[in-house]
Amino acid sequence: MSAYELSTAVAVAAAITEGHTTARQVVTAALDRIGRLDGRVGAFTDVVAARALAKADAQDAALSGGAKPGPLTGVPFAVKNLIDIAGLPTRAGSKINRERPPAERDGALVRRLEAAGAILVGALNMGEYAYDFTGENVHDGDAHNPHALDHMTGGSSGGSGAALAAGMVPLTLGSDTNGSIRVPAAFCGCFGLKPTYGRLTRAGSFPFVGSLDHLGPLARSVTDLALAYDVMQGPDPDDPVATLRPAEPVLPHLDAGIDGLRIAVAGGHFARGGGPDAFAAVARAAEVLGARGTVELPEAHRARAAAYLITAAEGATLHLDRLRTRPQDFDPAVRDRLIAGAMIPAPHVERAQRFRRWYRARVLELFETVDVILAPATPCRAPKGGQTHFVLDGVTLPVRANIGVFTQPISFIGLPVVAAPIRLDAGLPLGVQVIAAPWQEDLVLRVARHLERTGVSTAPIAELA
Amino acid sequence: MPETCPPFDPESYAAVTAALLGLPLDPAWMGPITANLRVLAAAAALMGAFPLADEIDAAPRFEA
Repeated sequence: MSAYELSTAVAVAAAITEGHTTARQVVTAALDRIGRLDGRVGAFTDVVAARALAKADAQDAALSGGAKPGPLTGVPFAVKNLIDIAGLPTRAGSKINRERPPAERDGALVRRLEAAGAILVGALNMGEYAYDFTGENVHDGDAHNPHALDHMTGGSSGGSGAALAAGMVPLTLGSDTNGSIRVPAAFCGCFGLKPTYGRLTRAGSFPFVGSLDHLGPLARSVTDLALAYDVMQGPDPDDPVATLRPAEPVLPHLDAGIDGLRIAVAGGHFARGGGPDAFAAVARAAEVLGARGTVELPEAHRARAAAYLITAAEGATLHLDRLRTRPQDFDPAVRDRLIAGAMIPAPHVERAQRFRRWYRARVLELFETVDVILAPATPCRAPKGGQTHFVLDGVTLPVRANIGVFTQPISFIGLPVVAAPIRLDAGLPLGVQVIAAPWQEDLVLRVARHLERTGVSTAPIAELA
Repeated sequence: MPETCPPFDPESYAAVTAALLGLPLDPAWMGPITANLRVLAAAAALMGAFPLADEIDAAPRFEA
């Protein structure tokens, strides 16, 4: 095993750049570990070994020839399988999509990461068409939580969390419509960044809900998260939602600390409806950060309902033809929700979008008095695989519909969030959402970095024999 | 919702709307579909109960 196999992206790139190892050695070690462990974890759906080794050899040759290394030189990474990989059909967790022609080129974020030196090693498991919070997939098999293989990874970017927790790669990409980066980050105990809506291009990815879809990185260190985020920023005419703002690098200020930041805990909706562990994780982060007081995001429960309506309706619209012609080829749990979503009267959806505008304005007012808000990422630790109900606040609730109870009201208005892992004990991890005003990814990453530096937030690799 | 409004019947609504949308509807799917419709109706009721000024329109291009 390479000494760098289980390291961070930054350490891997430095080791290669300084000649302590080679890109081929690092990529080979990653491929070996995937081959050794993935039968139990189920993180990957495709491994592009030949492509990865060819890239590694090319990089090693270029470095030997004096080429300037990129900041992610030789860093193996993998992407949720709704992001295009040249030569593969973009399956998006579905059976139907694997009949699509192979993608002609990589998705934009894959190209940007590879331009910085990173090396793609494969595509990652996900819930069908991203309509999922569990990480379970009836077509490809479930992703399993490396910290307890009989527990969920969370979804829909389940493979993205699992691959990190299993130490297969130091960097993954996921998508987040209602919580699909933040939930697996929390359940698998790693860091996940859901940037501001529109910040990172979604070009070359299979959509779910255009109004709410984000792409973003997951990693085992905040520095890796920030570095990957920085190299992926920038406008892209291929995504009409992508911001025209120039890149605003966060890495130079990542260790600026939290002095002067006004940090508060979200109350109301975010302080009930979860298990005591979820709130204890927030309290631990709040204590270290010196968070003062609580703020209430007004009508957050209604924001969740609005996100639910928009998701169901837009998702159904996207898949309507497939629902008409191939309903038997969907995961039944996805199909039935989409069919119901197709039946929502238009005025309900339009009203939800109008409410979104109202809610956005009220929440932005809150950011006149605070800089950062803390909230639980999930209402509990990862449930068991296949678990259908859990008890929260004494109420028995369906798991699938309620894992995202705290993430939906945040992504609904596109706020930037880092999900930071918290370990209260030797059990499964939890996550805390570190939330800021739009376009202030620098703040959420700085705060997450402070949590990491103080040892409150850690992302160790699971002990898998 | 006005009192004169008939109660929501998801079974009959699903059958009629499926025809409008050209969606097949296997009887075995009706239970989960109607369960989802009830949840969606509850979410829509939450929306409907919240007053919004006429001037609050949906942003044509939502920007965070």
